[in-house]
Amino acid sequence: MQPDDDTLNALIEAHAKALGLAIEPEWMASVRAHLAVSYRLAGVVEEVELADESEPAPVYEA
Amino acid sequence: MATTDDSGAFATATEIAADVHAGTRSATAVIEAALARIGRLNPVLNAFTATTAERALARAREIDAARGKGHGLGPLAGVPFAVKNLLDVKGIATLAGSKINRAHPPAKADSPLIERLEAAGAVLVGALNMGEYAYDFTGENAHDGPSRNPHDTKRMTGGSSGGSGGAVAGGLVPIALGSDTNGSIRVPSSFCGLFGLKPTYGRLTRARSFPFVASLDHLGPLARSVADLAVSYDAMQGPDAEDPVCTRRGIEPVAEIVRRGADGLRIAVAGDYFRKGAHAEAIEAVERVAKALGIAREIVVPAAGRARAAAYIISASEGAALHLDRIRRQAQDFDPDVRDRLIAGAMIPASVVVKAQKLRRWYREQVLALFADVDAIIAPATPTVAPLIGQKTLDLDGVQVPLRPNIGIFTQPISFIGLPVVAVPIPLAPMPIGVQIIAAPWREDIALRIAHALEATGVAAAPRPTL
Repeated sequence: MQPDDDTLNALIEAHAKALGLAIEPEWMASVRAHLAVSYRLAGVVEEVELADESEPAPVYEA
Repeated sequence: MATTDDSGAFATATEIAADVHAGTRSATAVIEAALARIGRLNPVLNAFTATTAERALARAREIDAARGKGHGLGPLAGVPFAVKNLLDVKGIATLAGSKINRAHPPAKADSPLIERLEAAGAVLVGALNMGEYAYDFTGENAHDGPSRNPHDTKRMTGGSSGGSGGAVAGGLVPIALGSDTNGSIRVPSSFCGLFGLKPTYGRLTRARSFPFVASLDHLGPLARSVADLAVSYDAMQGPDAEDPVCTRRGIEPVAEIVRRGADGLRIAVAGDYFRKGAHAEAIEAVERVAKALGIAREIVVPAAGRARAAAYIISASEGAALHLDRIRRQAQDFDPDVRDRLIAGAMIPASVVVKAQKLRRWYREQVLALFADVDAIIAPATPTVAPLIGQKTLDLDGVQVPLRPNIGIFTQPISFIGLPVVAVPIPLAPMPIGVQIIAAPWREDIALRIAHALEATGVAAAPRPTL
């Protein structure tokens, strides 16, 4: 699950283009570091096995 | 004319209100003294970003006039307080720690929490420094400068309610309001040596406050005594249709209940995850609390690490969604430390965010089951005492990790499911550190009773700094 730096760079560049974000070159290392943490923790979340029927937490009351 | 008499600077709100009720001090004298102390010490502590002197003095004179006419006064009569600058204050732009929001028009009305505290007689004296858009555990701010810890001004207050921590610990006000999404009341309470209450998610209205992560945002008080937490919390309770999350439960007062002591309560210390990464002082603080309460039992909060990961994912993603358009248009105007986290947050796959929300419900069920056997759980609030301002890394079990995202490792698994927590200050030398007292949803009374018992024995106390 954990992407390497090249994959993260490609992800950031593609997302930036799609989302209309202008990321300065000097920001890249920091953005990549934060995205790497997010993917690492995303892996921790993904490992948990939940039933298909499990519901998300937010409660909407009409 | 403002007085320079700040001999009562460390009086509690309860003591101030008693004096004003009795007529031994006027509300006007209290507020003049508070404003003078803020003027003298804020250049050092950098806790306030705005003061509301004119309004505060007018309000104080109204209270004194009401007393003179024999009218009843509220339980917080004449008590100065201040709010993190993400709560709306009528006539002031709500900065939320940002440069960008300075262009916003002044708020048209106060936050309902301010209205409720003022209805109880408290007097708003200003707005407080904070980490930009509340995405912060340090109390540093690229635009306003860092808030500084009154116990050592080279050290962080903790964040994001950094000014709230500095203002109360420094004796500038006895009560401040903060917000807590992942730990932002409990971390500054720990670093600054204060009592802090993060109520149950949905307990206190968040209307007219600038959001961060709607799924996890809470508001609450910081103070130097448990009684002050309780009386201010009571004043702020109650439903509010303006906040869709705010509970419809009626007010459940705690001010009298907190004195009942901790006898008969079943309390356990959180082991496993909550031992890992804790520095010696954090472990010592928990041990002091456990000894004072006679706790022999240790329990494991299941999947706390996974909960923390999910809280991180939800925060990054919802925070990014909130600010995405601002990042598109005004990226250069953000604090770089916040901007880069928000940009990365916009790139997290939606599938993971949905899974994190499902994990939240599952984890809630696991943790609520623990409360069948215990009434409260004790855990460290922060892994360490306040780091130095500017410090970028933190030692966790011998590994240097980025400081900003890791200060909240012990607070995040708790707020993730909205449990009520009182952070209590353990006055270690040279720096205090906090311990979390965690209760089941809607049982703030239990956490406050335990905090009060620890305060009564002196194990928990807000140390007075030398300024």
